[in-house]
Amino acid sequence: MIHSLFLINCSGDIFLEKHWKSVVSQSVCDYFFEAQEKAIDVENVPPVISTPHHYLISIYRDKIFFVSVIQTEVPPLFVIEFLHRVADTFQDYFGECSETAIKDNVVIVYELLEEMLDNGFPLATESNILKELIKPPTILRSVVNSITGSSNVGDTLPTGQLSNIPWRRAGVKYTNNEAYFDVIEEIDAIIDKSGSTVFAEIQGVIDSCIKLSGMPDLSLSFMNPRLLDDVSFHPCIRFKRWESERVLSFIPPDGNFRLISYRVSSQNLVAIPVYVKHMISFKENTSSGRFDVTIGPKQNMGKTVEGVVMTVHMPKAVLNMNLTATQGSYTFDPVTKVLTWDVGKITPQKLPNLKGIVNLQSGAPKPEENPSLNIQFKIQQLAISGLKVNRLDMYGEKYKPFKGSSFVSDGEQEPKSLSSQNFT
Amino acid sequence: MSGNGLTYSEQGGEAAPELAQEAAPTVTPSTPAAFGLFSSDTKKNEDLKQMLESSKDSAKLDAMKRIVGMIAKGKNASELFPAVVKNVASKNIEIKKLVYVYLMRYAEEQQDLALLSISTFQRALKDPNQLIRASALRVLSSIRVPIIVPIMMLAIKEASSDLSPYVRKNAAHAIQKLYSLDPDQKEMLIEVIEKLLKDRSTLVAGSVVMAFEEVCPDRIDLIHKNYRKLCNLLVDVEEWGQVVIIHMLTRYARTQFVSPWKSRRFLEDNALKHENNFYESDEEQKEKDQKLKTTYTMDPDHRLLLRNTKPLLQSRNAAVVMAVAQLYWHLAPKSEAGIVSKSLVRLLRSNREVQYIVLQNIATMSIQRKGMFEPYLKSFYVRSTDPTMIKTLKLEILTNLANEANISTLLREFQTYVKSQDKQFAAATIQAIGRCATNITEVTDTCLNGLVCLLSNRDEIVVAESVVVIKKLLQTQPAHHGEIIKHMAKLLDNITVPVARASILWLIGEYCERVPKIAPDVLRKTAKSFTNEDDLVKLQILNLGAKLYLTNSKQTKLLTQYVLNLGKYDQSYDIRDRTRFIRQLIVPNEKSGALSKYAKKIFLAQKPAPLLESPFKDRDHFQLGTLSHTLNSRATGYLELSDWPEVAPDPSVRNVDVAESAKEWTGILGKPKKEKPTEKFYSESEEEEDESASTSSSGKCLESTAFSLPGKLCLQNCLVHK
Repeated sequence: MIHSLFLINCSGDIFLEKHWKSVVSQSVCDYFFEAQEKAIDVENVPPVISTPHHYLISIYRDKIFFVSVIQTEVPPLFVIEFLHRVADTFQDYFGECSETAIKDNVVIVYELLEEMLDNGFPLATESNILKELIKPPTILRSVVNSITGSSNVGDTLPTGQLSNIPWRRAGVKYTNNEAYFDVIEEIDAIIDKSGSTVFAEIQGVIDSCIKLSGMPDLSLSFMNPRLLDDVSFHPCIRFKRWESERVLSFIPPDGNFRLISYRVSSQNLVAIPVYVKHMISFKENTSSGRFDVTIGPKQNMGKTVEGVVMTVHMPKAVLNMNLTATQGSYTFDPVTKVLTWDVGKITPQKLPNLKGIVNLQSGAPKPEENPSLNIQFKIQQLAISGLKVNRLDMYGEKYKPFKGSSFVSDGEQEPKSLSSQNFT
Repeated sequence: MSGNGLTYSEQGGEAAPELAQEAAPTVTPSTPAAFGLFSSDTKKNEDLKQMLESSKDSAKLDAMKRIVGMIAKGKNASELFPAVVKNVASKNIEIKKLVYVYLMRYAEEQQDLALLSISTFQRALKDPNQLIRASALRVLSSIRVPIIVPIMMLAIKEASSDLSPYVRKNAAHAIQKLYSLDPDQKEMLIEVIEKLLKDRSTLVAGSVVMAFEEVCPDRIDLIHKNYRKLCNLLVDVEEWGQVVIIHMLTRYARTQFVSPWKSRRFLEDNALKHENNFYESDEEQKEKDQKLKTTYTMDPDHRLLLRNTKPLLQSRNAAVVMAVAQLYWHLAPKSEAGIVSKSLVRLLRSNREVQYIVLQNIATMSIQRKGMFEPYLKSFYVRSTDPTMIKTLKLEILTNLANEANISTLLREFQTYVKSQDKQFAAATIQAIGRCATNITEVTDTCLNGLVCLLSNRDEIVVAESVVVIKKLLQTQPAHHGEIIKHMAKLLDNITVPVARASILWLIGEYCERVPKIAPDVLRKTAKSFTNEDDLVKLQILNLGAKLYLTNSKQTKLLTQYVLNLGKYDQSYDIRDRTRFIRQLIVPNEKSGALSKYAKKIFLAQKPAPLLESPFKDRDHFQLGTLSHTLNSRATGYLELSDWPEVAPDPSVRNVDVAESAKEWTGILGKPKKEKPTEKFYSESEEEEDESASTSSSGKCLESTAFSLPGKLCLQNCLVHK
């Protein structure tokens, strides 16, 4: 399956290579560089490239290309999913998945890659198992190791590897037993110029942080499980219980993990909690334009809208922008033509506004389309879909855990400007 | 301990000048730098060798870490082989592991020396610790040294009846390694595969099926007896194994069951509503089938597979979801295949790479069965932040899904896309509009008008693309479009994109009788600029000249001859060739043969309109979700999906004698049942657990800290089972 892996940074240096079968020369990456050159930006590098003797399947994560070399037919998603899992593992181990982190921990990276794949087929990808085999680096441990000479490598087979619940290790012990559930919902909407919603949907995830001793068996139920239209589960969730009773029943992994991700059916009307008033115009022949945007809150059940950030990809002809913001700060990058306005919190009494003059390249034709505005925001303690957790029960262990849950709604909306050109 | 890889290079950097200084007095001072570099290299390896030979584990470990750092960077560390190999028997597990890493990398290059390590592995294969047994087998089988094939074979055989499923899993992996090293062992390996296929551990299932796919994918007979077991185990197998097993079972099912598609009219009628056109042609065959066999009942084993894979659509792993989706696409009755669309649409929220593959597959599906994705039309709307390749794929799907009902919404959406700053995407949108126009006759005129409006667009690429599409559209409907052609003739002065210019010239030539006044003038203009034109345009100028010569020779005779003369001395042989050909055909002279009489018929024949088709149209002959499907060409090792058999092979081959299986089972496990009972599966254990839960909960109370947040009650107070 996966033959070799090359890690390549943005400037095109291969800084790590790992082979699971015979060695494949670095020169195979030339095909990748070729494709990279053809693509306009990193986002457009095709994930699957065919070369005379190999196939290259790559992902781009955190400014690193993970390029894997394949020799025979394999489902491409299999490889892509695996590469992302590798990146996740690095993130988990080193706190960040960056070139420096990988270079600093090259031995651990190598040991990890060795355990994750055998002959190109995934062997152990569960973080709980890996952590028993290879301990993540901590400052304390490296000091202790240098004194005592003990090692970071486990010498027994992780219990999870053999059991039916490979995601949980045995013998977990905590003095404070806690279980936290973060419900994070993201509303994703496309809004046209007149303010009507073209498309909106809510995607949510429940991220959990479970620190419970022993082998707890949890069940989480919702007040309104019918809201969840389409759900994907962590392998720990018993599918049959969900099918029959709409209850999430599971023995959780230890630590942080994503319990479920779901989509709320679009039939339920989505109320978008912010609105935007915008006036963007470019004048012919004067090489300047006006820019005026106001953001305000809509129905949001008394919660404040926070962390509002607006990004606008301005047309190429824009040279510079002279704006004043009544709140927050803005930056305009003349190279990428991206305007970012960090608004912060919205107070209904004084609506944030950003206005000023746009300078265009002289002589360039006036941009025909108004740019689309992307707005991101956050609402704490509110699940926009109205999802409510009913109760969490624990069986199998005898202590009393502390339970908590929090709600965050993230928003991302993209109002489009429609012009009046007509097809009818 | 961390940062050794880096410190190594840093040391290298610092050490070099120092050494150079030391070396400088003794050697010719002219090349100190080169010498310094050279000596530091060997020196360092010397020092690594010393560290490896030291008695302290910490020094050895440091050395090994630096060596692994070198391997990771792709530097050659092979000369240290003898020093490293000595440490293979080290007691320190981390040193051992790093030595393994080194061995796997270099054993192939240093076969003789690698043999020194074999006895250590043979000993480790008998170790009481299963992890050590397994990793010894892993390394032993990863050393690609042909001499040890018999040893490997023996080790695999032994490991395949090991008590630990983890070791057995590694044995399954070793099968593939040995097979790629020495294909002659195939027969022996198949025996091992056969044995491991009977294994009931979920841990082994995925790996052994992988080995099966690699070594003997055609030995479908090995699967029969294990089919039901694999179906039942599937939910509990780890996710990577699931993908492999599902793909294998898809192939298996296509050889063993009869098609569920050709009968069951009443069920399929529903599905057919959306796709009338597509299936009409099958009607006859269906009639025939129905006479042949009026009632179709699905084989219970076929149903078992569909039922047991369905829950996996909820997997967090995109590869698993896609695998199930392709299984339903290839195996399920058409009315049931719809359930996968929701899950596939969900994957569109994932990374761009996942999106790319999923969209490709949806594109193929949406051509054949529009109904599957119609409810999710809006999920394919393009976002301005999508990368271009995702945008074009979404556009492709939107075009496939277009029908009379949604076309007006779609066209409105397309209008925004045309104005996108991403010009490549805007051009693709224009193509898409063209395709909608030909597919849905009601909107052809609307689309054409819209495209004509685009001709006055400021962006050249947009205009050029519109011209090309209009050309195709006019060809499909040769009605009275004189106005549009006139409009386009005017554009010729400003457009510089060769394809567009060529398209306009072709149009004017083709319909020169509709624009009798304009055509000769266009020829005059282009004759003037002939030498500066692109080859593509030159060819069309020649065509235009020829057509005008035939229809309006009075006005254009001289002009055409002038153009032909220019063409005669052109640099491109293609154009010279075409010139000669045209001259012979249209200019009557004594040598011209019988053909010139038919010149008019040849040049002004009714030409068939081009078909505007999806590039995904012919992709469905590849199994969905495969690499071959993504590349649209056969990848090495692609296994063809066979057609349904006319008559189902004997289903009883899948029957398993209970007594026999039980016997085998104990045989594998060995007499003492020391290992954890693996028969108990997570997903099936609910009942037991529920029982234990109720008993334990009766005695205790789970009190929860209740806290309500303003406006929303998060976790309600739950005093349980009090």
